[in-house]
Amino acid sequence: MAVVSIAQPQTRTTGTALVAFLAILRRDVAVTGRELPAFLAQVILQPLGLLFVFGRVLTDLGFTNPAYAKQLFPGIIAMTIMLTALQSVALPLVIEFSFTKEIEDRLLAPLPASWVAAEKIVFAAGRAIIAGLVMFPVGWLVLGSIPFDVGGIPLLVAMVVLGSLAGGAMGMTLGTVVTPARINIMFAIVLTPLIFTGCSQYPWPSLSKLPWFQLLTLFNPMTYVSEGTRAALLPNGVHMLTWIPPIALLAALTVFGYVGMRGFIRRAID
Amino acid sequence: MNPNDSAVSTLVDARRDDTTVAAQRPIAVVVRDLVKRYPKRPTNAVDGVSFAVGQGEVFGLLGPNGAGKTTTVGVLTTRVRPTGGYAEVAGIDVARDPVGAKRRLAVVPQRSNLDRALSARQILLFHAAYFGVPAEERTRRANELLEQFGLTERADDKVDFFSGGQSQRIMIARALMHEPEVLFLDEPTTGLDPQARLFVWDRIRDLKSRGVTMILTTHDMEEAASLCDRVAIMDRGKLLASDTPDALKETVPGRNSLEVGILLDGGDRDALQAALAALPGVERIEPVTKAAAGPPVGMNPFAAFAGGVAAAGGPPPQAAAAAPAGTPYHLRLYASVDAPSLVAPMARLITDHDGELVDLSIGKPSLEDVFIHLTGRALR
Repeated sequence: MAVVSIAQPQTRTTGTALVAFLAILRRDVAVTGRELPAFLAQVILQPLGLLFVFGRVLTDLGFTNPAYAKQLFPGIIAMTIMLTALQSVALPLVIEFSFTKEIEDRLLAPLPASWVAAEKIVFAAGRAIIAGLVMFPVGWLVLGSIPFDVGGIPLLVAMVVLGSLAGGAMGMTLGTVVTPARINIMFAIVLTPLIFTGCSQYPWPSLSKLPWFQLLTLFNPMTYVSEGTRAALLPNGVHMLTWIPPIALLAALTVFGYVGMRGFIRRAID
Repeated sequence: MNPNDSAVSTLVDARRDDTTVAAQRPIAVVVRDLVKRYPKRPTNAVDGVSFAVGQGEVFGLLGPNGAGKTTTVGVLTTRVRPTGGYAEVAGIDVARDPVGAKRRLAVVPQRSNLDRALSARQILLFHAAYFGVPAEERTRRANELLEQFGLTERADDKVDFFSGGQSQRIMIARALMHEPEVLFLDEPTTGLDPQARLFVWDRIRDLKSRGVTMILTTHDMEEAASLCDRVAIMDRGKLLASDTPDALKETVPGRNSLEVGILLDGGDRDALQAALAALPGVERIEPVTKAAAGPPVGMNPFAAFAGGVAAAGGPPPQAAAAAPAGTPYHLRLYASVDAPSLVAPMARLITDHDGELVDLSIGKPSLEDVFIHLTGRALR
């Protein structure tokens, strides 16, 4: 007896996948929502400490110029966004693929594996955006005043959205490249340079005195988030040409999104 | 193909049987000439496997670790991309429409993959939400399943500290939340205590009575024999035979068999073996290595025998031929007559050859014997 296979209409599949995508997103939101204080502590303490020591303490002690705090604040926003997104994808991914196997539950839901990966990036971006927004009142409390420019809001929104998505995509790349046993080393080797080469603590044009370092920072996507955020909050300050960050971040999102998605599918489907 | 090769001819038989099954009732699962080769591996993990499973049937994939069972199930559940061949679940080509296939199947994995951030109830509710089950309906089903699986009391606990049996129950309940047409169970009772194991078996029988098609992988012959309508025996990526457990057992030559432990003190082993083989009613003799006798497992009639040898500090795991003097060696006799009737003449022959009969067991073929017959090796 010949077995006939029946092809399913594609529209039905897309609808099913969208329902699953949103349900998984809802699950992630529910879990994070319940752990909100822990989540905020996780993402805010480090930038808060940096902002306090470099923006407030050193200024009050007379080691730095008060204008430096204004340069630092946009950089801290950028760092918070990028690192939150990156870690929100990379760490759980490594654990879910190895120890808990929780990812299997999502992979067996009726949506393509690539959508499961996309959900992780989107959810991480959401966390990063919240963390970035929370830094505004935190910065205001720590520094007394924060730079802000109404005209820069569109660029700020673009930086927050693109930066968090690019950070999520970078997290997906890291999370699928690194084996669970090496996760600690990965964080030391990748995160530390990322933090210090991302133009978070200094404006990029001022690096012209250190050309080799200036060149190096261009390879860190965080540089563009820092510079774009600086341009949005301090339009008259020193920063990279305004049109560069959005384009560079789109490129980073494309490259890391592609590599990370491929890595995810390779891990998800044998 | 060599038509004299019993494994090959059994495979051909299995295909014919599958066609019969297919004609009898609607098909739920089709696997045709399935091949999977992992990168950088010299051999195929699944090497040309074909079978079909009818709707409502419980189909067992039996074989040792590395036989290709899990890979075969992996292809059917969209987690493994096949190198060649065709696989279909509930009428859907899994390679072409994995999302459609996933809607109609469910998997109960061997190891817990429960969502540890959620309580048992939330696990069920979110799972159903992934599958688009309406809110009211998923609450109703979750309550029903929690009740049925004896988990109501722990419904709102996180699953971190659930016992193995409780985790397994919640995983089966989760799989049922979207009412799958085909349920895959990967080693569903491995590592469970006897009570939990019986509970899972009862649930599987229950599902069968409700018409759910199930494919279960196992290396537990008792499980396969007691739960499955049909069993496919796999080894080294190939499907060697598939049929009902009873029909498979009938393929083992000799309706009955005997396993004996003999202590030969200077006697001529070859002469004894030749004499035993010449006994009327003996079809075949094979030496049993300790590995082939296997640990005491399930209903294997020789299990107690093997366990006894092990407890007595038995022979080293090399072939019986290499056993030093003073340790018994073991033979299995396949008989065309009633095995107990052979005991007396056999004992006489052993004595005649200066040997001593130190151990004896009588067995009807089990699925383990079917496996040994097909592969020359024990299941594990």
